Amino acid sequence: MMKDVTYRIRLFDPNRDSEPHWEAFTIPYAPGMTVLDGLWKVKELHAPGLAWRSSCRMGVCGSCGMLINGKPGLACNTQISELHALTVAVAPLPNFDIIRDLVPDLAPMFGTHQALLPYVIREDVEERENPTAEFWQSAHELEQYLQFSYCIKCGCCMAACPTFATDALYSGPMPLAQAHRYNSDTRDGGFAVRKEVLAGNAGPWRCHYAGECSRVCPKGVDPAKAIQLMKRELVLDLLHLRKQGCPAPVAKKPTEIKRRDGVPDAPARTV
Amino acid sequence: MMKDQKLWTWHLAAGVVIAVFLGLHMLTMHLDALIPIRALNVASEQRAIDWANVVARGRSVFFAVTYVVLLGAALFHGLYGLRNILLELNPAAGLKKLVGAVLLLAGLGLFVFGTWAAVASHTLAKTF
Repeated sequence: MMKDVTYRIRLFDPNRDSEPHWEAFTIPYAPGMTVLDGLWKVKELHAPGLAWRSSCRMGVCGSCGMLINGKPGLACNTQISELHALTVAVAPLPNFDIIRDLVPDLAPMFGTHQALLPYVIREDVEERENPTAEFWQSAHELEQYLQFSYCIKCGCCMAACPTFATDALYSGPMPLAQAHRYNSDTRDGGFAVRKEVLAGNAGPWRCHYAGECSRVCPKGVDPAKAIQLMKRELVLDLLHLRKQGCPAPVAKKPTEIKRRDGVPDAPARTV
Repeated sequence: MMKDQKLWTWHLAAGVVIAVFLGLHMLTMHLDALIPIRALNVASEQRAIDWANVVARGRSVFFAVTYVVLLGAALFHGLYGLRNILLELNPAAGLKKLVGAVLLLAGLGLFVFGTWAAVASHTLAKTF
């Protein structure tokens, strides 16, 4: 079992450095250590000024996306042992400007995300703002977009996309997959509004289906599939073959509820 | 400027046209011994490249039209793909327009030339 592990970290302080540079740090290894744990150890023992983003430590918040041994991933979700290497090379996510050290500037990604209207759009604004009940949706309809809703916006897919690497005007896999997530949600009626953006240059047309976005996604989302499905939807729309149902109605309240025999009453409230 | 939604749809449609007409070409010219279809090589039961068959296809309005349609589909499909590759290099806005204009003119020029060639060979074949 290895005792030490060497971290090679790409550092960049815009107030001090003109170019990013690599530095190596050796830290003691402990079984179960994640790449994020190692970064904390490096900060504790060698580089107190080292900067990165992290929060939840359990692969949920999407803050700690970085390039780990050449592959975009979450530092908190990557065990050092699974890298099968004595050296861990850590760099900020490519395809983004660097704010400092391992902190990429994700603002352009979120700007594009926002431009593609990633929320439920409906005409019944009153019901949306002051809901009286949930919107009705079947389990099958939920499955059409469920996996895309697992996206945590970590930016790993954007860092892996070869098209986004060369074409800064390409919207990228995350915003497009999220636009498709809402387009395919039966509670949503915003396809026509989003289409104004998606039918043009900002749409899915530059995607060549390299599939790297889906390969690196730490949540198992398949953005490449979402983009191809979006292309199909837009083509069907142009040919007037797209089924555009009304957004899902408000679910009816149950009218007859009978307690089953033998079900005990709930205990009395204590608060 | 036409929206990419429309261009992409035509790109797909052109791909289908190419697949059908290239299939027809393969059946006519390369698989004639394996899958002999009398309607495609009407003049002779020998090879597709026999002079009699060549002239017969030249006289056929059907073949003249398919040449032109295949040419148009292949030009659009190929040049749209080339445009996407070039635009991926992220040229400046002016250069982007220039790329579109040059490819459009090149496509139209090649289509006119190819159509003229198809019509000319059809006219010539009728003299034999």
